[in-house]
Order: sequence, then structure tokens, then C-alpha cells
Amino acid sequence: MGRLEIDMGPKEAAEALKSSFASEVREIAEFKGGQVSVTVAKAKIREMMRFLHDAPELQFQFLSEIGGVDYMGKKEPRYEVIYVVFSMPHKAYLTVKAQVPEDDLAIDSVMDIWVGADWRERECFDMFGIKFNDHPDLRRILMPDDWEGFPLRKDYPLQADLGDREWKGYLDVVALYERNKKYEVHSR
Amino acid sequence: MTDKVHMVEVAEGVKAIPEANILITSVDFLANWGRAGSLWPLSFGLACCAIEMMVAGAAHNDLDRFGIIFRGAPRQSDLMIIAGTLTKKMAAVARRVYDQMPEPRYVVAMGSCACTGGIFNTYSTVQGVEKIMPVDVYIPGCPPRPEALLDGMMMLQDKVKTESCKWGGWR
Repeated sequence: MGRLEIDMGPKEAAEALKSSFASEVREIAEFKGGQVSVTVAKAKIREMMRFLHDAPELQFQFLSEIGGVDYMGKKEPRYEVIYVVFSMPHKAYLTVKAQVPEDDLAIDSVMDIWVGADWRERECFDMFGIKFNDHPDLRRILMPDDWEGFPLRKDYPLQADLGDREWKGYLDVVALYERNKKYEVHSR
Repeated sequence: MTDKVHMVEVAEGVKAIPEANILITSVDFLANWGRAGSLWPLSFGLACCAIEMMVAGAAHNDLDRFGIIFRGAPRQSDLMIIAGTLTKKMAAVARRVYDQMPEPRYVVAMGSCACTGGIFNTYSTVQGVEKIMPVDVYIPGCPPRPEALLDGMMMLQDKVKTESCKWGGWR
């Protein structure tokens, strides 16, 4: 497989996505240095990612990252799930931003396209509480399993003192130390 | 036979009887001297401070020359260097490893994160390891240079040398 004859950049890829999914694409934006992002509705995210992955003139076969954003009070809908995909033959990155509203906090998993999406989606779920439909093993990945709340949401406490929301697993360790302090060799 | 035994002070707190080839000192001195000269830390790196800890252990600074030899098991260690950011999820693990170390045991909090939480005043970070275990020496810095760690170890040695009655089962 040699180099493709048509030089396809991220802008052309975004346009190709728009021509195939005109009703889904909300906005195409370019940031300095030719970084192109496509804002889309979440309903057909799997079909769109499949298109970017499979279309012979695009071939975005490498999923670089998946992230989440909380735009509380700044933007509607509140959440976005961000996919960064890379096309090896064209050496082009494309950012796809899927809008996820607060009252329907779920989006289709892309694990059937990229198996590597597994942990990225779990992290996004862990931090923002966004559910990924059809993910085979959707549970927390960074925080402990019994952690309450989603830390990267903007309404989550920023500072260390969580007050009465403190994680029980940590309080147990502190309590254990306080209880056994008098037996430490230092206090003898 | 002479009335007075001829004694020479060979070091602070240590006397020798040259004729009998005997040294006289206290058990405290002997235990502390041995302990301070062979502080074996546990290899327990949590973040970027661990990189500086490795540098301190490598050829240029060479912790080995002070008898500080990193061990891979808590049961062989005297000292735990908390090198890096301690998260709440890791706290139980750190405490458990600490509990497995035989006494007397020491803890060095290396770096801002281990001392106070540092810049990570966040939901997931323990605000200083003294919340879950007693700390002997605090080394500030982000991360501290190997020289700072060396200085901390010297301070710990000095502290060990001032201990008394930290030997024997009854203590």
C-alpha cells in the first residue's frame, strides 16, 4: 500500500464527515496550527466513528484519546465526550466532540471499532459519570469502586477536605492509625 | 596488679582498656551506632520524588557508603521513604506496608506532597503522610535534590543516635 494520491488533511476529513452525516454535524472549527474539530450530536456517534475508521479515503484507524468536558454554566448541552483520532496514511489528526446533555447522560461505546477505547471510556465514566452504552465492563478505573461522586464535574469539591463526603476507605486508615498510635515505638 | 585500670577514651562514650583489648560503652550507644550505620530503606516510590531517590542511590551520591541499602521487602527494612504523592487510594497500601516493617521503624516524608499534600490540595490526595503514620524527618522540595535527601538521612541518623532504651523485647 503506497501513499494515497489525494492529500487529505483534517479539514477535508471533517467535510467528508459532514457530507455523509449532514444532520448530525453541528459545527466545524479550526484552531491554530490546523487543528480541526467537529462538534456532533451523540445519537449516531458509532456510525460516524465507523465511517471515519472504514472509509478508504480517510482511514482514521488509530484512536488517540477519549476525554470528557463539563461545561457547567458555560454551554448547553453541559457535557462533551471528545475523541481524537489519527489517520496513519494521511498523518492527520481529527477531533470529534460529541454533545451529551445532562438529562440523558449516556453515549454509545466505540469499543466495537477500537478495543483500546475500553479504559478510556471507563475513565470518562469514572470522572464524569457519563454512561457508555454496550460497554462490556463499565466500572470505575481510577477511583476506588465505592467512591461516591464524579470528581471532574465542575460541581465537585475542588479541595482536599470533602467533609462528610470523604471516602470511607481513607477514613478507615486514619482511624486505624489514631487507634493504634499509643502502640507505636515512638510513643513508648 | 595495679590499683587503677588504665582506660583510654577512644570516641565519645566509648572507652578502651588497651591491655585487655576491651571496649566499654553503653548498650544504647552500641544499638544506636549499629542502627544509624545500617538504615535500610524500603524501595517505595510513589511519584517524581522517587526519581530523585534513585539518583541519590546511584553512583554520584551513593547512599551505600552510609550503609543505606534499598531493600525490596518491608520485613528487611528499617525505614520507609515516602517519595511522592500519596493518594487516598494508596494510603491503605502504604499503611499496610508500614505495618509489616519490624520495629524500630522510621518514616521519612520526602517532598512537598508527602509533607503536606503540596500543590495537590485535591479530593484524591492525602494532605501529609503524618495523617496515617508517624513521621521522623520531613524533607521539603519539589522534588528535593539528592543532596536534600542525603541531608535528611543524616538528620535521621542523628535522631537514631539520641535514642535510649529502644532495644530488647521489653523496651
